[in-house]
Amino acid sequence: MRRVYCDANATTPLLPEVMEAMRPYWMEQFGNASSIHFQGQKARAAVDHARETLARFFHCREAEVVFNSGGTEGDNTAIFGLLRPGDQFITTSIEHSAVLRAADRMAERGVEVTFVAPKRDGLIDPEEIRRAIRPATRLGGSRRTLVSVMLANNETGVLQPVEEIGGIAADAKVFFHIDAVQGAGKVAFDVRRFGCHLCSISAHKIQGPKGVGAMYVRRGTPLEPLIVGGSHERRQRAGTENVPGIVGLGKAVELAMESVEDGTMERIAALRDRLEAGILAIPGTQANGAGAPRVANTTNIHFEHLEGEALVIALDLKGVAVSGGSACHSGSTEPSHVLMAMGLDKNAALASLRFSLLKTATDEDVDHVLRAVPAAVEHLRALAPETASSF
Amino acid sequence: MKQSTTIAVAMSGGVDSSTAAAILAHEGDGSGVSHNTVVGLTMQLWDQRRLAGKHGIPDTPKAGRCCSLDDVYDARRVAEHLGIPYYVVNQEERFERDVVRPFVDEYLAGRTPIPCSLCNDHIKFDQLLRTARSIGAERIATGHYAVNEFDEKRGRWILKRPADVAKDQTYFLFGLTQEQLARTLFPLGHMTKPEVREAARQHGLTLAEKPDSQEICFVPGGDYKQFITAYLEEQGEAATETAGELVAANGEVIGRHAGIHNFTVGQRKGLGVASPAPLYVLNIDPSSHRVTVGADAELATCTLRARRLNWISVAELTGPMRVRAKIRHRHEAAWATLEPAGSDEVLATFDEPQRAVTPGQAAVFYDGDEVVGGGWIV
Repeated sequence: MRRVYCDANATTPLLPEVMEAMRPYWMEQFGNASSIHFQGQKARAAVDHARETLARFFHCREAEVVFNSGGTEGDNTAIFGLLRPGDQFITTSIEHSAVLRAADRMAERGVEVTFVAPKRDGLIDPEEIRRAIRPATRLGGSRRTLVSVMLANNETGVLQPVEEIGGIAADAKVFFHIDAVQGAGKVAFDVRRFGCHLCSISAHKIQGPKGVGAMYVRRGTPLEPLIVGGSHERRQRAGTENVPGIVGLGKAVELAMESVEDGTMERIAALRDRLEAGILAIPGTQANGAGAPRVANTTNIHFEHLEGEALVIALDLKGVAVSGGSACHSGSTEPSHVLMAMGLDKNAALASLRFSLLKTATDEDVDHVLRAVPAAVEHLRALAPETASSF
Repeated sequence: MKQSTTIAVAMSGGVDSSTAAAILAHEGDGSGVSHNTVVGLTMQLWDQRRLAGKHGIPDTPKAGRCCSLDDVYDARRVAEHLGIPYYVVNQEERFERDVVRPFVDEYLAGRTPIPCSLCNDHIKFDQLLRTARSIGAERIATGHYAVNEFDEKRGRWILKRPADVAKDQTYFLFGLTQEQLARTLFPLGHMTKPEVREAARQHGLTLAEKPDSQEICFVPGGDYKQFITAYLEEQGEAATETAGELVAANGEVIGRHAGIHNFTVGQRKGLGVASPAPLYVLNIDPSSHRVTVGADAELATCTLRARRLNWISVAELTGPMRVRAKIRHRHEAAWATLEPAGSDEVLATFDEPQRAVTPGQAAVFYDGDEVVGGGWIV
């Protein structure tokens, strides 16, 4: 069976160049980057080389790059590492759960937490962020405020106005973190332009390995490490460096920077637009968030009167991998909090699927999906015409 | 040559449904189809964390309850072992609406519900079948112990007792329609439980020795009274006031009780009154909240009425019929004469008085090994 993978926002395969770059660091160059001997120095050189690439990517100093285990750790570190009881945390209701659950925990620990909702098109209004910032009022000391907003939403692909929010954060002299896990490698990237103090990315979303990521930490940001131990990563993140992973991340970032420049994104946007138009030709469909600026590879479609969960399974059995909603603890689907925050009701959220293309997607892939989806939708609707209303 | 079919197996993470999946994946369904496409489905029905720690409900759900993470894990591991696609489908809303809520309401109305039958009727053989069909599986299979065969002469699907009489689950399946039976496979119907465990071992399933689950899957710890209290509290509903008098058969008030949902007909323990002879619940009156108690002998009755009927081996009951009637899961079916009693109601008259006919339970009628049909005792 031909299989087409349309779930790049969940994860991506390694590019062959990334695999090759990592290969020596499992067996031959196995050293601990903290060791002073030859083997250690080889590992250290590899980590430093990747750090240089990351600094070019972020547009920052090498000393401002901290390697970690991925997006969740970056998000958690920004939030737990900066905020203390009595501080203020402003984020949005469409963030990844790595931010939302951390926010909940902060609220339990005496941080004032504000969730800003998006507009119907999925965009956060920067003015809402500005209004949420309260003056530092904590007695006997300065009260910190952290704003955390994602660069691109994982479910809709909507690009948030981070530059404007960065400007607001600078005016108000508050800290700004960007969860850039979904935006990195898809749009032009510059933390100076974004005006952020902290920025998290993950390798496996950009055809690098799983379990590794990096964070930009602007010099002077009073960030406590989340993981303590040895003096790795300038005491910002303890634990023996994941050398092969870091090398893979460096290579993936290097290739991602090229693909943002070389027309790949325009090609993917054209494929996505053709896919989206083809699906929207099915009656009773709408694209969620399509009115806002989006990353090139993502479209999120609401199919009226059907259960998205069944459509995901039906498409998988036909070789088309997509996703809907968010996986709950058991692996079944729960309605997307992002779509519900955008004003969709529970049924509509459950009837929405995300298609996210790999950079290597082809016209044939899109043709295959456009053959499978209308047939599956028709079959589902014929079987359960009352489903959506009775759910 | 027969066309290969796609079969969705309802997998709970227990031995029975896992073995059913293994048999279908390896051996076909016995109808000459050797290359089934088998898809595993687990229904997420109830979040065990919802009421954990409230009103004496254990903090940590035990394995063997529906949707405990351990059971989903076990089901997934079996599917991985068999190399079949596997999905968890969320049916929490429907399960709460069609099983949990009616379960609570039935108790509050003084009846004793059977959630497993409600689940079979509304979830497994309705919504799951619909989900199965929508993903391209025209039939579903479950690990129930029951036999399902098409009878050419009568032109009907017939539900029969399984080879393992001790594991017979036909009592819970009387509500299946012809349409549902036509699309359902029971691969374990001709096997005994020891044979099933042996088959599980043969197929290399590590859960072959996993103990059977016994209690109501969504009631952690097995105390349904705790569950009802915690559920009502969670729903923000004042525990419906169903406290009332405890009376003897002659009408004499002998005490008070805290709510009719604490009782079931035939119950002996927990009545809260002292008496020289053992007392049993004889009757629960939902309108006056009065619970009548008396001697064991007074529990015996000769007749029952059942409504909301479903017929399987016959299209409908047109006149009196000799059957054996089963009035609860562990009851030994007793000879009775069945006759129509108005629209959608039957009267069963037992040859010998039966103990504790309980409103809310099902009455299922058998002709030999065949399920004639059944209904809900009123």
